[in-house]
Amino acid sequence: MKLEFQLNGKAVQTEIQADTLLLDLVRSLGCLSVKRGCETSNCGLCTVMVEGKPVLSCSVLAARVQGKRVFTLEGLQEEAEEAGRYLAQEGGEQCGYCSPGFLMNVLAMERELTDPDEDQIKEYLAGNLCRCSGYMSQLRAVKKYLNRKGEKGC
Amino acid sequence: MFQAKEYVKPASLEEAYRLCQKRSSVVVGGMMWLKMETIRKQTIVDLSDLGLGEVRESEEEFQIGAMVTLRMLETDEGLNREFDGVFKECTRHIVGVQFRNGATVGGSVYGRFGFSDILTALLALDTEVELYHGGRMPLAEFAARPRQVTERDILTYVYVKKDKRKAAYLSERRTSTDFPLIACCGARTDWGWQFAVGARPGKAETVSFRVIDGWLERRTGKPCQAVEAQDTGWTKAAGLPQSEASGDAFAETLAGAAAASFIYGTNLTGSGTYRAYLAKVLLKRLILGLLAESGLAEGKEEER
Ligand SMILES: Cc1cc2nc3c(=O)[nH]c(=O)nc-3n(C[C@H](O)[C@H](O)[C@H](O)COP(=O)(O)OP(=O)(O)OC[C@H]3O[C@@H](n4cnc5c(N)ncnc54)[C@H](O)[C@@H]3O)c2cc1C
Ligand code: FES
Ligand code: FES
Repeated sequence: MKLEFQLNGKAVQTEIQADTLLLDLVRSLGCLSVKRGCETSNCGLCTVMVEGKPVLSCSVLAARVQGKRVFTLEGLQEEAEEAGRYLAQEGGEQCGYCSPGFLMNVLAMERELTDPDEDQIKEYLAGNLCRCSGYMSQLRAVKKYLNRKGEKGC
Repeated sequence: MFQAKEYVKPASLEEAYRLCQKRSSVVVGGMMWLKMETIRKQTIVDLSDLGLGEVRESEEEFQIGAMVTLRMLETDEGLNREFDGVFKECTRHIVGVQFRNGATVGGSVYGRFGFSDILTALLALDTEVELYHGGRMPLAEFAARPRQVTERDILTYVYVKKDKRKAAYLSERRTSTDFPLIACCGARTDWGWQFAVGARPGKAETVSFRVIDGWLERRTGKPCQAVEAQDTGWTKAAGLPQSEASGDAFAETLAGAAAASFIYGTNLTGSGTYRAYLAKVLLKRLILGLLAESGLAEGKEEER
């Protein structure tokens, strides 16, 4: 079947199967930052934004994004690089496999929450699993990234 | 793996219902559960174009569309104002924000999963479900029906009455985003108390209590609704502590009686004995919280 949607700001017209998953579609269109880390809708590695909201692309039918705007990390280069620098500086990037999904959700959180405290940050990012870091370095990185303009003075 | 050949997005409920009468069709809510199942179908019936994606509030009730996501429940101001944050509490531990932006109320209720936080929370409120063909009925009645492969109805709405009850929710999990080991919801109504306990690991069930002449009376099965509060069906459950009837002693007795109303079993996440113990602890915390909210924690539970 035919599908038309916006991927990272560009109009895309393509052919899909009825049961194609969004994850496989965006990867086939070259967005290789999007990873599959589990078979149980549990790891968050496949996070993309649909109409500005973070979703698990492994569990979304591609047919459902007809007419919608989809963003992957490839389309948010500048922001992603900036947030990624903090992650690397704090040692939050070990094997790095979880980073794209994690960064996508950090960027989504920044859009949705104003000035989140530590508990809110943890709760928002709880669905992004990481096997290497133990999460402390990630938390430090996120706090520093959110406070990058220095408004909190810490 | 989930496989299907054809994708249809019906423009009317009638069409959706007609399509899903075939055994080779499958209704898709959020897809989060379905995608883990090994099924091969002909037709995917997508309910996303039927106007079922909204929470509407009237004087008497909330109408929650089947395609409302768990994240919408979590963040809906009206629902959380009316029911004291229960909808935030029963959703916030489910996997992650991205997951909750996908999973739907319809899929959660229709699934009638034993571990369901959503079913547990809704069962302690005055909730009804509407099926396109089967019509409107109390959630407890729908939830008690075993899921059958021959079922071909579509869940359209969940209705929650605004009857001024105060509610609270607690669950225990091995890690914060895991399935619940036990899930408890409690509500203080104008006729008494209503509780639901889920993940026992059997699916959530509900029990009601009222206080009459120094006794706690219990009613199982059909939940008590305000108009029927005078009904029969109540049996004595426990005598209430007399002189030293502080909030704590009352909560202890009520929590014990409520927890003892259910059967608990053992699975990988925990034993039946552990679950029974946890249920009483969580129910007592809920009761104390609800008493404190109405300024009754230190006083005697007034009789009605
Ligand atoms: C990894 C994982 C962890 C989870 N953890 C929890 C948890 O901790 N607590 C909790 O409460 N829940 C949990 N869930 C369940 C989850 O919250 C949803 O209840 C579940 O995914 C079903 O919702 P869905 O929208 O994804 O439904 P789908 O997967 O789309 O559908 C589920 C079933 O319902 C049918 N269906 C869907 N919508 C309708 C409708 N409107 N009418 C008729 N039939 C319909 C489908 O045909 C299918 O059989 C978990 C699920 C997963 C996959
Ligand atoms: S691949 Fe693990 S949640 Fe999508
Ligand atoms: S850095 Fe290896 S999984 Fe997160």
